[in-house]
Amino acid sequence: MLDIKGLEVKLEEEDKQILKGVDLNVEAGKVHAIMGPNGSGKSTLSYVLSGRDGYEVTAGSATLEGADLLEMEPEERAAAGLFLAFQYPVEIPGVGNMTFLRSALNAQRKAREEEELSAADFLKLIRAKAKDLKIDAEMLKRPVNVGFSGGEKKRNEILQMAVLEPKMCILDETDSGLDVDAMKLVADGVNALRDAGRGFLVITHYQRLLDHIVPDVVHIMADGRIVKSGGPELAREVEENGYGDLLGEVA
Amino acid sequence: MARAALKDAKQDAARDRVSALSLPGGASWAAEVRQAALGRIEAMGLPHRRDEYWKFTDPATLTQPEAPAAALFDPRETPMFDAVDRLKIVFVDGVFDPDASDDLAMEGVEIERLAEATQKDIHWAKDLYGTLEARGHDPVERPLAAFNTAFATDGVVIRATGRASKPINLVYLHKSERSDAVLHHLVKIEEGGDLTLLESGPAAARFSKGLEVDIADRSAFHHVRIQGRDHERRAVTGYFARLGTESTFKSFTMTVNGVLTRNEMVVELTGDDAIAHVAGAALGDGKDFHHDDTVFVTHDAVNCESRQVFKKVLRNGATGVFQGKILVKPDAQKTDGYQISQSLLLDEDAQFLAKPELEIYADDVACSHGSTSGAIDEDALFYLRARGVSQAEAQNLLTIAFLAEALEEIEDERLADDLRARLTEWLERRIR
Repeated sequence: MLDIKGLEVKLEEEDKQILKGVDLNVEAGKVHAIMGPNGSGKSTLSYVLSGRDGYEVTAGSATLEGADLLEMEPEERAAAGLFLAFQYPVEIPGVGNMTFLRSALNAQRKAREEEELSAADFLKLIRAKAKDLKIDAEMLKRPVNVGFSGGEKKRNEILQMAVLEPKMCILDETDSGLDVDAMKLVADGVNALRDAGRGFLVITHYQRLLDHIVPDVVHIMADGRIVKSGGPELAREVEENGYGDLLGEVA
Repeated sequence: MARAALKDAKQDAARDRVSALSLPGGASWAAEVRQAALGRIEAMGLPHRRDEYWKFTDPATLTQPEAPAAALFDPRETPMFDAVDRLKIVFVDGVFDPDASDDLAMEGVEIERLAEATQKDIHWAKDLYGTLEARGHDPVERPLAAFNTAFATDGVVIRATGRASKPINLVYLHKSERSDAVLHHLVKIEEGGDLTLLESGPAAARFSKGLEVDIADRSAFHHVRIQGRDHERRAVTGYFARLGTESTFKSFTMTVNGVLTRNEMVVELTGDDAIAHVAGAALGDGKDFHHDDTVFVTHDAVNCESRQVFKKVLRNGATGVFQGKILVKPDAQKTDGYQISQSLLLDEDAQFLAKPELEIYADDVACSHGSTSGAIDEDALFYLRARGVSQAEAQNLLTIAFLAEALEEIEDERLADDLRARLTEWLERRIR
């Protein structure tokens, strides 16, 4: 599904190498987690994959089902089936949440040469999905993320994911700023989307989210590289001993 | 140029300008109104780049004898407000078109043409025509408004004694490339009256419009205007409104295209507990686009609320100007005044010139104002694109979002929705 090979990335503005050769392959139907200390390059990886400005790929490749992601505009990546749940969802005053979701869904459908969804069908779809995530009608009417609590913003990300039904979902620190209940709700939303055709890459600093979204593979990232991979037990090791021991061991 | 020399030059220019013109005829009171306005022009002189409120906008093409030609433009779309049940009054290049207009009859509202009202020896319009304009020159002179009062060839006079059953729509068509139209409208809302006025269209190659609105105690006036989208048209408006006790005044203007637009507005809150909201949204594209909102709101009564919300989206060298003032007189306690002017600059060639002013002489008031210029929010743009929305569509969504606060000032939701839909359509056309 998502295939990353030898990916090296530096900041555009300054001569600073962030990713120093990342290799990663997320198969359809699998959940991979990336853990790592702050500054290890986890979020940069998610931004580069989704096409944010400010980064320069100096080597390596990233493909989604064989298609070269790095050659695509952000909206083309989305239409190809890539989804990034933002660590900090952006507030957009003046754009209603519903308008936003409908524009996004129809833009993607159009790009894939599928028929656009009518207003009525869209409403039906959104209501059903919102209900599962305990998102009320009021929240759908408000401008995108404006005045939303941390938990509401993250639930809104998962709602977008549920509506857009991407093939490959990247969750960037989705647990940050969430209390236990909110985290459970978000995790349930994600788990509901797990199926054989969809891949997940869960980026997180802490192990606790992985209690709820149980990964198939856990990678430890440090200094721009994946330094260790293993099963869910690797996450627990981090929880018990911190990154220091693990990284010391690798070094 | 010294002050006295400037004044002389302006007065000379005014005399030159009016010498070849003759005042339209009419009953003696109307002739007096026009003659007095002519006197004001000659005393004030024509506007000049050196004038404080004309330093951002060159008045030359508005004051020169010949209107510069403006190519005709076919928007190829359903005319504005077509879906609205309204009473339509049509002017073609400033000339009333009876065939295209509806019957000037509606319950609770008297409607007449200015050209007819000014022929009558006795008419209520006598007390309004030129009156608000004449007192609107202190402290800032507005000679083009006086010019309009003097030389207006027609217009409508409307008196609402009750709640109008539907809006009145003044439709201004532009069919001649060199037309020079001067229209003046008088609106009097009597106590308990409630009227909505819609205006649409370019009117002429050059359009001078005067609008005097007297809103009596406990009455309401709503106004939505879409200025014509002919790229080369020029327009200047002198808009004067006086508000009585517990009255409401809401005006919204949308401007898309046009080489030169100067919208001057003078609002006076003279009765307690009155509310005045004035708003504008402008979309400018290209170095020939110059749009100027010059707004003056005076609080002269207790516990009144005023809002000025002006938003401009500019690109490719377009220029936007905002000169806005809130003046709070010594007795206007409990004033709630708000003013915001913002521009969204879509590229580095566009410019926004703003001059927000507050002048407050009362000590128990809440007044706030702000003015900003900014580019499109890159984070929001990326967020939308990451969800699959194309760059162009994302930019349009953010543009409409930027204008939203101004559009929200339109009270009638259907009109507001209609305008939002039009805006989207116009923005999409620009992409293609």
